Amino acid sequence: MSITELTTVPTTTGPTTTEHVVGRVAEIPPGEGRTFVAGGTQVAVFRLRDGSLHATQAACPHAGGPLADGLTDVDVLVCPLHQYAYRWTDGASTSGAAPLRLFPAHEVDGQVVVEVPDVP
Amino acid sequence: MTMAPTRGILGGRPEGLTALHIDDGIDTRDRLVVVGNGMAGARFVEEVLERGGGDQFRITVLGDEPHGNYNRIMLSPVLAGEEHEDDIVLNSHDWYADNGVVLRAGVRADKIDTAAKVVHAADGTATPYDHLVLATGSYSFVPPMKGVRAEDGGLLPGVYGFRTIDETRAMLAATGTCRRAVVMGGGLLGLEAARALQGHGLHVELVHAAPYLMNVQLDPEAGAILKKSVESLGITVHLDVFATEVIGGDRVRGVGLADGRQIEADLLVVAAGVRPNTDIGVRSGLEVERGIVVDDQLRTDDPDVYAIGECAQHRGEVYGLVAPAWEHAKVLADLLTGTDPGAEYHGSRTATKLKVAGVDVAVMGINTPERDDDEVLVISEPRRGVHLSVVIRDDKLVGATLLGDTRKVAFLTQAFDRGAPLPEERIRLLVDLSDGAEEVGVAEMPAESQVCNCNGVSKSDICGAVSGGCSSVGEVMDRTRAGKGCGSCRSLVEQIVEWAADGELTVDPAASWYVPGIPMAKPELMAAIREQDLRSVSAVFAALAPGGKDDAKSKMGLTSLLKMIWGRDHLPEKDGEFINDRVHGNIQRDGTFSVVPQMKGGVTTPAQLRRIAEVAEKYEVPMVKVTGGQRIDLLGVRKEDLPAMWEDLGMPSGYAYGKSFRTVKTCVGSDFCRFGLGDSTQLGIDLETRFQGIESPAKMKLAVVGCPRNCAEAYVKDVGVVAVGNGRWEVYVGGAAGASVRKGDLLATVDSPEAVITLAGRFMQYYRENANWLERTYDFVPRIGLETIKQVLLEDSEGILAALDAGMQRSIDAYVDPWGQDAKQPATPGQFRPALPLVPLPKVPVR
Ligand code: SRM
Ligand SMILES: Cc1cc2nc3c(=O)[nH]c(=O)nc-3n(C[C@H](O)[C@H](O)[C@H](O)COP(=O)(O)OP(=O)(O)OC[C@H]3O[C@@H](n4cnc5c(N)ncnc54)[C@H](O)[C@@H]3O)c2cc1C
Ligand code: SF4
Ligand code: FES
Repeated sequence: MSITELTTVPTTTGPTTTEHVVGRVAEIPPGEGRTFVAGGTQVAVFRLRDGSLHATQAACPHAGGPLADGLTDVDVLVCPLHQYAYRWTDGASTSGAAPLRLFPAHEVDGQVVVEVPDVP
Repeated sequence: MTMAPTRGILGGRPEGLTALHIDDGIDTRDRLVVVGNGMAGARFVEEVLERGGGDQFRITVLGDEPHGNYNRIMLSPVLAGEEHEDDIVLNSHDWYADNGVVLRAGVRADKIDTAAKVVHAADGTATPYDHLVLATGSYSFVPPMKGVRAEDGGLLPGVYGFRTIDETRAMLAATGTCRRAVVMGGGLLGLEAARALQGHGLHVELVHAAPYLMNVQLDPEAGAILKKSVESLGITVHLDVFATEVIGGDRVRGVGLADGRQIEADLLVVAAGVRPNTDIGVRSGLEVERGIVVDDQLRTDDPDVYAIGECAQHRGEVYGLVAPAWEHAKVLADLLTGTDPGAEYHGSRTATKLKVAGVDVAVMGINTPERDDDEVLVISEPRRGVHLSVVIRDDKLVGATLLGDTRKVAFLTQAFDRGAPLPEERIRLLVDLSDGAEEVGVAEMPAESQVCNCNGVSKSDICGAVSGGCSSVGEVMDRTRAGKGCGSCRSLVEQIVEWAADGELTVDPAASWYVPGIPMAKPELMAAIREQDLRSVSAVFAALAPGGKDDAKSKMGLTSLLKMIWGRDHLPEKDGEFINDRVHGNIQRDGTFSVVPQMKGGVTTPAQLRRIAEVAEKYEVPMVKVTGGQRIDLLGVRKEDLPAMWEDLGMPSGYAYGKSFRTVKTCVGSDFCRFGLGDSTQLGIDLETRFQGIESPAKMKLAVVGCPRNCAEAYVKDVGVVAVGNGRWEVYVGGAAGASVRKGDLLATVDSPEAVITLAGRFMQYYRENANWLERTYDFVPRIGLETIKQVLLEDSEGILAALDAGMQRSIDAYVDPWGQDAKQPATPGQFRPALPLVPLPKVPVR
């Protein structure tokens, strides 16, 4: 899988982040998620049925479940292992697990672009 | 850049925590300040508002916890993963705002200046009051142990108390990484924590300083029996020994006991008792002994300061249960609002009914005789985990302990609370001698008997709510609060409501919905799907969900329903399926899958076995196991290997992952067994051939046996078939031997294998069309009633047999082996792409 670096977004505090093209939107069937690598960080990208793209860490904070295998809706992502649900708005768990890390994701010309912090 | 969001505030407001607060000096209402937004403090505010106190008082609540008010009792089920934390919120931040109460959550009160009548808080504010109520509860007591604290004075990482939602969340998070837990304390909280952690798969050892478990409530014999029940859960119990040291340094690595033993652990729960939060009383010069001392009006030695709940000490007693705390709240509300200026609190007789680590326990009064002429009656059945005892003095019940069997608790509570006359034959206090007759029906229960101990709700309160217009169990519970504490009385509340409403009951709407995201019961939903010709999950959401919104937790149930209704003509959508159904294997703890090939009736061949062996070697399958369903499981298979493996196996899927028809277990039957009365093996194979892979509301597992010796366990299957000789077969339905154990009900005795197949098909189709999502037959059959099922399936009382046969046939015709299909051509792009290629996962140990 080819990884193209687009821009480096400087921030005043904390690490810098970079946008990466991780794959094609068509690789993700509607309503499902797939795992990609963005600049060394593994991410799970979901394409909801409303067309929106969402990216999260790939492994569940609860016990490492494969989040890309989970069920989703417009509000939450449900991990396939123990059914903990995480909100798309802020990554918080609705059931008491640690929160999920979200990454900004959008589409550019049929490609999926995910912005992740640079790995030092 | 993305920042990790902060933890959710339970019962919080999305915009933040502030509530508009008008204090313009014109307000002439008295200032009522409550310290502590726990179960007593919040209940007190409710009681004040209920008495119209909103007009009398400007109410401010200071709470150390950032959350709204939640049901602390329910932390045990939350820790066990049985309840969601969202469901235990009692009063959200919005509730306070809506009722004009200022909640300052996350603010700790430090000291009271009783002369100036001001509360000083940790955030530097000073809050003036006219009346001040302390409801600061208790904290988990951490006994002095070497190494238990980190340098900053806080608990060492990996050590937790069990009192708050934050501690519960932290423990839940730790269950993901920790393997071995030690729980200190064998009282109620310790046992609950141990069971919950054990349920998350941790190895749990419990260390208790006293010689028997729950020594505060139980006598030594009952404690010993409870120990057996706890050990049978797989929890190791160490009695009569102190934990003296936490080994580790920077985090918990083990626990040292006084006798020199060391237990390896990466998680330590300290549940060695609670201590009232009295600091604020001490610092403010109030009289404090074990708790903050109060009189019968719950007043401290300062006339405008009161204390309620677990922080209060009344007539020498400090309570550790919610019922007295709530009684305090009522009395004080009566008093302060002037509803009953003479209200007094005289102490609580605590009768507790609990479920501890899965064992029913009820305790009231004393547990051992104290005087020479006290009568005692004990019934002990250690093997069954049952121990019952009562203590009688001067013909009155003064104590009872029930362990493992609490059927008599209603009567005993009655006798204990009101000194009701006792039966001459004392044994009747503990057992029903009228062999067979059930417990006293709700109709015979005296009106004043207490039903909900937590909230002090009697049978007549419940009946009053019903006659006052409540028409569903939920409304009655909201109105009376019955069942809203520990929840152990819920089924009794339901029975009484049903009896009082005399059939006039409406049911909570959501409880009857087929899936949570669509407000329709199953028949209605099925009709709408047919009428509007909805053939995909997304079409169902668009047409029937409020706002057209999809709902992840409804998808699996809808997919199953659509497949049943439309057969081949449904429009498959992979995102409407659970991962197991997407890739036709059962997901395992490390994200790999299991492969269970079909092996009809448990019969295999040398050639099949050879192929399985070859495949297992070729794909380096970590474990090959004979299952409880009479077939072979290849466990730990990588997702990307699935299609090639299926191809090499050349065997159809055994559907060991789906909510579907699973297996038919058989015994060797008349072909080989000297007792065999019928060819059970062949009938099993025929049943599996006909019904293979059919989706259903929950699993359907069958068995056929050649005689009533029942070697393949047909009496405890969803459908079980037993050969009884002369070509006759008995068909049992609704049996179970999983999480529930139930012997199936005899549906009919028929006289040919063909008749068995027809009847089994009709039963399964009737179940598919009428059962709730995830309702197994062991719940479905008793719910519908065997008689009704018999009439429908044997006498065609509803005239639907032809339709049932046709519906089943439609599904049979739609059967395609999913392995054969998707091995050749993936159903969606990346169907078998690994979801976790890089990150190393916790590995399942390889044998
Ligand atoms: C493999 C097997 C255990 C074994 O090594 O023998 C097994 C393994 C699992 N069982 Fe089972 N059950 C297995 C036979 C049984 C049996 C015995 C039987 O089928 O005769 C029962 C009792 C009968 C019954 O179903 O009631 C059984 C009662 C359960 C239950 C409790 C269901 C209930 O309502 O009481 C669950 C949990 C559930 O369904 O929610 C469960 C759930 C599971 C799951 C699927 C847990 C999960 O969701 O991941 C396990 C999958 C392990 C895996 O990764 O493959 N398993 N399970 C057995 C496979 C049988 C097969 O060939 O298909
Ligand atoms: C896991 C668990 C299971 C339980 N199960 C049962 C059961 O089955 N049956 C039963 O009857 N009881 C049970 N209990 C006990 C029950 O929860 C308590 O009796 C009840 O919560 C007492 O209410 P309270 O308001 O006095 O104290 P709490 O509910 O503890 O509330 C006190 C509140 O005051 C706050 N606070 C303390 N100090 C300050 C301060 N200085 N400033 C501001 N705020 C402060 C605290 O943060 C807390 O929120 C259980 C308890 C736990 C932890
Ligand atoms: S295989 Fe069944 S009994 Fe064993 S751990 Fe899994 S669900 Fe429990
Ligand atoms: S691993 Fe995701 S919920 Fe447990």
